[in-house]
Amino acid sequence: MAKKKEKNKDVTFTPTGTGIRSNGQIVRSTELPDPTEKTHKDLGLSDQDVVDMFEQMYLQRRFEERAMQMYQKGKFGGFLHLYMGQEAISTGTTYALNDDDDIITAYRDHGWGLVRGVSAKEGMAELYGKVTGCSRGKGGSMHFANVKEHFWGGYGIVGGHIPLGGGIAFANKYKQNGRVTACFLGDGAVPQGALHETFNMSQNWGLPCIYAVENNGYAMGTAVHRHSVGEIVDRADGYGMKKKVINGMDVFTVYEAMKEISEDVRENSMPWFVEIRTYRYRGHSMSDPMKYRTKEELEQYEKLDPVERVKRYLLDNDLADQDKVDEIQNSIEDEVMEAIDFAEESDFPDKDDLYNDVFVEDDYPFHT
Amino acid sequence: MAELQFREAIRAAIDEEMAHDENIFVMGEEVAEYDGAYKVTEGLLDKYGSKRMIDTPISELGFAGIGVGAAMNGLRPIIEFMTFNFAVLAADQIINHASKIRYMTGGQISIPIVFRGPNASAGQLSATHSVSYDSMYAHFPGLKVIYPSEPDDAKGLLKSAIRDDNPVLFMESEQMYGLKGEVSEEDDYTIPIGKAKVKREGADVTIIAHGKMYHVATQAAQKLSNDGVEAEIIDPRTVKPLDMETVVKSIKKTNRCVIVDEAHPFGGLAAEVGYLIQREAFDYLDAPVQRVTLPDTSAPFAKNLFDEWFPSPDQVIEAVNTVTYRK
Ligand SMILES: Cc1ncc(C[n+]2csc(CCOP(=O)(O)OP(=O)(O)O)c2C)c(N)n1
Repeated sequence: MAKKKEKNKDVTFTPTGTGIRSNGQIVRSTELPDPTEKTHKDLGLSDQDVVDMFEQMYLQRRFEERAMQMYQKGKFGGFLHLYMGQEAISTGTTYALNDDDDIITAYRDHGWGLVRGVSAKEGMAELYGKVTGCSRGKGGSMHFANVKEHFWGGYGIVGGHIPLGGGIAFANKYKQNGRVTACFLGDGAVPQGALHETFNMSQNWGLPCIYAVENNGYAMGTAVHRHSVGEIVDRADGYGMKKKVINGMDVFTVYEAMKEISEDVRENSMPWFVEIRTYRYRGHSMSDPMKYRTKEELEQYEKLDPVERVKRYLLDNDLADQDKVDEIQNSIEDEVMEAIDFAEESDFPDKDDLYNDVFVEDDYPFHT
Repeated sequence: MAELQFREAIRAAIDEEMAHDENIFVMGEEVAEYDGAYKVTEGLLDKYGSKRMIDTPISELGFAGIGVGAAMNGLRPIIEFMTFNFAVLAADQIINHASKIRYMTGGQISIPIVFRGPNASAGQLSATHSVSYDSMYAHFPGLKVIYPSEPDDAKGLLKSAIRDDNPVLFMESEQMYGLKGEVSEEDDYTIPIGKAKVKREGADVTIIAHGKMYHVATQAAQKLSNDGVEAEIIDPRTVKPLDMETVVKSIKKTNRCVIVDEAHPFGGLAAEVGYLIQREAFDYLDAPVQRVTLPDTSAPFAKNLFDEWFPSPDQVIEAVNTVTYRK
């Protein structure tokens, strides 16, 4: 007869991962690899390109700072997930890719929309739920889109858009049009089954897609090491995918890496898995009390601010003087304030819009 | 009686049950160190420790399935979904596994599990975050579905759900978490699953409404009352099993019925209840049953469209006017 095992009373079971609060010590949520040492000239960027990058990043920052104020004044509702701190990623990537390469992302999408051709006006109007918004007021903060400019939008179900990114790449390969797809996701999406299923098919079929994690240290209140074992980027190994970890606080670094990777993808038509380490300054959304992280950690990352970093580069390398920087900042401030006026003055969608865009047909017989 | 918020009533139910049964644990996204995304589980980590309050990765299918497996093997999991909108990722585990395992093993295995969290819309969160799932899960044999509307029901029914040896889906509404109400402090206070409650008496029309819609119906009933129409409101509380006896009894009295449901019109609870009423109380009806539901479209973001989309007291009043031939 088979013997029954004795109960093991000494083993304690605490299925929580290594936590900040549970083990008493402060663990930094992410460690940044070094940024590139190359200058903009080394990277083939013109002086004007760097000025443009700064403008872009400053616009994303200012847009969100103002959006946050408007939200706090109760001008609009819904979720508001701010991208502040991560602007080097959207900007560096967009400069590295061709204009007709495809981008898709999760719900932290304002920066991506703005850098991919959603105007400040259309963006703000979308936050306000106005018909002039980039998604006609139907999507709100989490669903910016500008498909004309190959920005396929933000998606609110964590991990849900990863196969969509694969599918966009699938279609590009099918049509042999040489386009690269960049599918951005948060670290919190890495444990979702959708990622693993998509990776398997992507590698097997050689889909021209860069899957890029914006690892900002937290999935809501859960630090990376509490939700995922090992190094995120090593997920690539199981699928034989090419991989890289990069510093996401420096726009040149993102640009350099994404340029090399996208060229490789275009040439060899095989996917990559990239982990871009970064930090979000604000809470997960506006209602987040941020009890899960320390002020010290936040301050450390704020010292590496990507927007300030480019500004300093411009000044230190005489690409722009302080007057020029001020002028840019002022004109962006004007642009954002005009966007707020535009959003406030715009109309809400028409009642009939409730039944528009559900199906292609205009005369679909809706159920009542 | 104590005045508690909806979230506090749920917490009290979990707390009381956990205190007397070691096998109960809570698992879900942000339930422990973050105190719960909607603060339902606040303080329970400190009380029960990290063996019984477990933060998970964003892996709905995985942790729901781990819960089902643990329930098969003798534990009593309470799985919190941040919302039932995200539980769609776990639908395979709930529908294909939890609901059917007992049946397929000829009764050898029980699955005493509760899946709980906010259901339906929380306001302007757009299309993927605003779907109501009680009717959908009620479609599948082997699952019980509860969607209470008041703190006291929430506490009593959740305690029953936790003690139930079947898989139970317990739906809450984010819009109701702050709602206050008198909650029983009786020792071991439970409410049986499958019993509707007549929450307002009236002789002119029966309104059936559960979850958030109960509050919409109540507002309508107050306005109607000013106008001389007394509505009887029945809150089914549990969608499955559904208490038709209470409904039919009321219809025999009022001869008119309006069903208010937060789901879309096609194949929802309102459709089912409408059918059952004509089957069981046809001779007592003085007018065809009316229903107020969400429209046959997804949730929009824009505030004005959202308000248009979401069932309103005025729509309920209009439906009552129709069944009473008043306007
Ligand atoms: C399937 C699913 N589960 C849960 C949620 C709720 N939720 C929204 S964002 C989020 C955290 C995601 O973190 P991460 O992917 O790291 O992105 P970040 O917010 O850091 O950009 C959670 C749990 C959701 N939207 N979808």
